[in-house]
Amino acid sequence: MGALALKILREPINLALFRRPLGQVYIIPERCKECGFCWSFCPMDVLERSDQFNPNGYRYPRVKPGKENDCINCKMCSLICPELAIYTVEVS
Amino acid sequence: MTQVVKAQRHPRDRLLRSERLPHIWCPGCGIGIVMAAYADAIEASGIPPEKHVCISGIGCTGRVSGYMHLDSFHTTHGRAIAFATGLSLVRPDLEVTVISGDGDICTIGGNHLIHAARRNVDINVIMVNNFNYGMTGGQHGGTTPLGAKTYTSPYGNFENPFNIPYLVAAAGASFVARWTTLHVRQLINAIKRMMSVEGFAFIEVISPCPPTFGEFNNFPEALDMMEYFRKHSVVDHNADLSKIDIRLQGEPLVVGNFVDRRRPSYQELIQETIRRASGRGEGI
Amino acid sequence: MSSGLPRPGVHFMMGNFACVEAAILAGCRFFAGYPITPSSEIFERACVRFPQVGGIAVEMEDEMASVAALIGASYAGAKAMTATSGPGFSLMMENIGLAFIMEAPIVIVNVQRAGPSTGIPTLIGQGDVMQARWGSHGDLETVVYAPSSVQEFFDLTIRAFNTAERLRTPVIVLADQLVGLMWEKVVIPPAEEIEIVERKVMDPRLLSTRLPFDYSADVNPMPIVGTGCRVNIDSLTHDERGYPTTSQEVSDRMLRYLLGKIRNHARELWMYKEFMTDDAEVVVVAYGSTARSALNAVKQARSRGIKAGLLQLITIWPFPSDVIERLSQRVNVLVVPEINFGQLVHPVREHAKCPVIEVNWAPGSLIEPNVIVDAVEVAAA
Repeated sequence: MGALALKILREPINLALFRRPLGQVYIIPERCKECGFCWSFCPMDVLERSDQFNPNGYRYPRVKPGKENDCINCKMCSLICPELAIYTVEVS
Repeated sequence: MTQVVKAQRHPRDRLLRSERLPHIWCPGCGIGIVMAAYADAIEASGIPPEKHVCISGIGCTGRVSGYMHLDSFHTTHGRAIAFATGLSLVRPDLEVTVISGDGDICTIGGNHLIHAARRNVDINVIMVNNFNYGMTGGQHGGTTPLGAKTYTSPYGNFENPFNIPYLVAAAGASFVARWTTLHVRQLINAIKRMMSVEGFAFIEVISPCPPTFGEFNNFPEALDMMEYFRKHSVVDHNADLSKIDIRLQGEPLVVGNFVDRRRPSYQELIQETIRRASGRGEGI
Repeated sequence: MSSGLPRPGVHFMMGNFACVEAAILAGCRFFAGYPITPSSEIFERACVRFPQVGGIAVEMEDEMASVAALIGASYAGAKAMTATSGPGFSLMMENIGLAFIMEAPIVIVNVQRAGPSTGIPTLIGQGDVMQARWGSHGDLETVVYAPSSVQEFFDLTIRAFNTAERLRTPVIVLADQLVGLMWEKVVIPPAEEIEIVERKVMDPRLLSTRLPFDYSADVNPMPIVGTGCRVNIDSLTHDERGYPTTSQEVSDRMLRYLLGKIRNHARELWMYKEFMTDDAEVVVVAYGSTARSALNAVKQARSRGIKAGLLQLITIWPFPSDVIERLSQRVNVLVVPEINFGQLVHPVREHAKCPVIEVNWAPGSLIEPNVIVDAVEVAAA
């Protein structure tokens, strides 16, 4: 038992039937205050601080280079953003 | 997807006075998360927005009502629960939610809190606890942990704080929960549950307050506090409420939906009284 | 099954009871209170009578909560009232200001007792006159009626609701221990003969073309919860949308609108009675229970050959300045007796064109007529 058994148990039996969702990230730059929650808590590590400033002087998030297809639309960034400045939509 | 797409509106904007955004709260403040969770819960509740009422007291969290596109009231300091009591007695069909801070709800408004819980008034109360008075610049209050430094406890707080869920449960509330601003999905579910509970429903939401509390108490960034929640939170719905004090010293931060019980609500008991009394008056 | 409404006709009733029956006839169906002598009979009778007419009467944890609950109930569409005395009235100041800025029609009855502080709870006082006007912080205007008999307590309670509803503002009935606890004849008219004013309510459909707060309006219609208005009602200084603002220009506009609701209607609000003032050289200006002593004193003075008269002020705030000004131009002296150490005498003196003598007495009893007669004699001489 242990780690290996857990890994096996957590593997869905019908994994082949599952399609991993792909999310599109939307942001409203003017609302961002650069708290860092979205890029710190993104479970897929998709986001990072950009070098773009909004009119209030905050650098809003962007998608990390190389992670363009990694968002799974889990909505964590949207839930944890205190500014209602970011959300994701599933791409069909 | 390739890159982020810039947008003008957020899907939750229809429940917000979005022309007022960005809001006044500091970077990393958790109140915005709670406000968005409340909006999500309203969407999920199935109750139309015009049947929801949002009432706040004074303070940082007191500003929530002004951002919600609902019938909203920004009342006096500490009195939001009393205001909500009068309103919901006359319109028991409406879903009345009080959102305010710890200083407002349990310090200046502490008496209204325990009596509303005792009467089991059918309203929802979301108390955002950031351990200090933020709007006035960072003074200690009824929830500030022992030893914590604020502008009015410069040598460390020498008052014991309230254990709020224990207090509210003992006073008689139908529903009592505690979550943090990191537990957003659980928080949304708890708020949604509050909206179907008959009786007094209460959630304490632990929130970062980086500039006025965190800075002096080893959480200089909001992320430090969120990281503390991640490391130390323990979900225990059956926790012994007498043992869930918050000291912020690395002890388990117990969260969960602690109490969910059916007790007759104040509104139900009053309606019953009116049924028994009406028509009995012979005039004078 | 009875309607529960009071029977029209002649009754013998305690002032505090008459107040409750009047409130019921005025359409009040929400009472939130906290027990306090000598107003508790209002609360107790409301707890018996309100449920009989489908109303709600609840006990709150303190007077701050009572008034907060009234404002909530008012925005839920109910006519709402509370009753208290001095110490409770002090606690209400906070939310009287809230009702003023939120434009919530509510009625507060203060059955005054002797003060300051806990004072003498069972005895009479008139020490809350200035507090009723200036007690809450910031600039505000209040409407205050002072009854001198059980009948006036009844009539003015109905009028207080009508004024509150018409102007969307808190209205105070400033009674006193004597009027509250005295039993007296009161005539209750048939319901159809009583004028009842209902508030103007905001139609949510209009909000697509107009803002909820029009500061050039006389009185804005009231957005009631649950009707789809979804308006923000704020204790902060707010703009025409109801949003908080620190704009000095908006603040000025909002305050002028709020104060103007009462100042522009002052002349309609003024109520007073004159007795034997036509040829009077000395006029006693009195209100509340003191007006009873004053009337007796005026009759005694007349019997001694002094041309005395009585002006009974029923509306004490907004202060009936023109009435004093006009009267003081044709009399020699005004005498102002009060069960306090000088309160309403100040605005009287401000507006009088003749000398003003004050008669102060506040040991917890009525001013005896002979004390006023003595002052009138001094004034006449």
